[in-house]
Amino acid sequence: MNQIITFDAMKLVNETWHLLKKEILLEWRSKYAFNGVLLYVVSTVFICYISFNLTPGFSGSNGYKVVWNVLFWIIMLFASVNAIAKSFMQESKSRLLYYYSIASPQAIILSKTIYNVLLMALLSILALLVYMVFFTNTLGDPLFYFLTVLLGSLSFSTVFTMISAIASKAGNNGTLMAILSFPVIIPVILVLIRLSKNAMDGIDRSLSLGNIGVLCAINAIVITTALLLFPFLWRD
Amino acid sequence: MNQNTYLCPSINMKFIYQSWWKVLTVIVIIYTLIAGLLLGVPKLPIVHETIRNTYFHVPMWMAMFTVFSISVYYSIKYLNTGKEKYDLIAVECANTGLFFFVLGLITGMLWAKYTWGEFWSNDPKQNSAAIAFLLYCAYSVLRNSIDEEQKRAKISAIYNIFAFPVMIVLIMVLPRMTDSLHPGNGGNPAFGKLDLDNRMRMVLYPAFIAWSFMGIWIASVRYRIRLIEYKKNEN
Repeated sequence: MNQIITFDAMKLVNETWHLLKKEILLEWRSKYAFNGVLLYVVSTVFICYISFNLTPGFSGSNGYKVVWNVLFWIIMLFASVNAIAKSFMQESKSRLLYYYSIASPQAIILSKTIYNVLLMALLSILALLVYMVFFTNTLGDPLFYFLTVLLGSLSFSTVFTMISAIASKAGNNGTLMAILSFPVIIPVILVLIRLSKNAMDGIDRSLSLGNIGVLCAINAIVITTALLLFPFLWRD
Repeated sequence: MNQNTYLCPSINMKFIYQSWWKVLTVIVIIYTLIAGLLLGVPKLPIVHETIRNTYFHVPMWMAMFTVFSISVYYSIKYLNTGKEKYDLIAVECANTGLFFFVLGLITGMLWAKYTWGEFWSNDPKQNSAAIAFLLYCAYSVLRNSIDEEQKRAKISAIYNIFAFPVMIVLIMVLPRMTDSLHPGNGGNPAFGKLDLDNRMRMVLYPAFIAWSFMGIWIASVRYRIRLIEYKKNEN
C-alpha cells in the first residue's frame, strides 16, 4: 500500500516536472508572456510617473509614501491578472486533451501554478527595480520588502491560476476573470499592503509575522482547493 | 405520498416536505421577536438598548452560514454524482444565503448608525462582509455567463466550493486580526464572553436555530419551484 502511494507521488512529481519544463521551454522560445508583461509594467510605471509629475511637489508631500506603496501593488495586481489569465486560454482544446491523456490533472494545475509563481516572482522583482528607478523612495527594511513582493507574486499566481482555469471553461472572457478573481484577491492585497507598509517603515519584523501567517494560510487553502477541484473542472 | 417519493432524490429529502418543523420555526421566531423586544437586557454604556439588535442581526449570519454550508455540501454531492437536482439545491441555497447576507448587512448598518455614528464607517468587519458579498455575486454572474446546463452546474459548483473557505477567511478570520469596532473583533469583547447574561441566551440561541431553519425553509420552497420548472422543461 505504502509503495503504491509513494509510486503515485513519484509519478505526480515526475509529471509535474516534465510539464513545468515544457512550460518554461515554450516561454523561453517565444518570451511572449515575459516580454509582454514586462512592457506592460514598464509602460504603466512610466504613465504613472508622468501623471504624478504633472503636480509639482508631489514627491515631497505627506501622502507620497502611502501612494508609492499602494500604486506598486495595484500595478502588480493588473500585471499579474494579464499575465496569468493567458495560462489556460492560450492552450488549444486539442492540446489540452493531449495533456490529459498523458498526465494527471493535479500535475497539470501544479505545473501551471509553479510556472506562474516563477514567472511572477521574476517579473515582480524586475518591476520593483523599474518602479524604484522612477519613483525614488527609501525602504526601511529592503530585504523584508523584497520578501513581501515574492510572497505577493506567489499569492497572486496561486489564486489567478485557479480562477483562470475556471474562467477559461466559462467562455474565455476577461470580464469574468476580473469578476471572479477580485473578491478572492482583495483580502490578499489588503494583507500585502499592510505587510509592505510595515517593511517600508522599517517596523520590527516580529509584528508582521501574523500577516505572513495569514498569507500562507490563504495560499494553502487555495492550492488545496485547486488540487481537489481541478480534476472535476477539466473534464468536458 | 407517491408524488413525494417521486420528487425526492433520497430519504433525507423528505424532511423538506414535512410541516412540523416549519410550524415550530414560526412559533420560535414569533417568540424571539416578542421576547427580544420585551425581555430585560444588561445595561451597557454606548450600546444601551441597541444590544437587542443581537437578536436580529447575528441570527441572519447564522442563517446565511447554514444555507451556504448546505449549498457547498450539495455542490460537492453534485460533483460526485452529476445529478441535476443537487445543483438546483446548491444554487437555491446560495440565493437564499445572499438574501440573508443582505439582511445581515442592513441590520448591522442600522446598528452601526446608532452606536458608531455612521452607516458605513470603514470598519474591517463591514469591508470584509462587503467583499464576501461580491464573492457570492460573482457566483451568480458566473452562472448566468454559461448557457450549457451541465457545464454551468459543474463550473458553478466548483466556484462555490472555492468561494466558501475564502468567505470564512474574510468574515471570521481577517477582521479578528485588525482593529475593528465590531463586538468580538480586534480585542473588543464579544457579547458572549462578558455581557451576555442568561436572559439574553434564552432568546439568542432559539433565534439562531429558528432563523437557520427559516433559511432552509425558504431555500426548500425555492428549490421545489425550480424542480417543478425543471420537470416541466424536461417533458
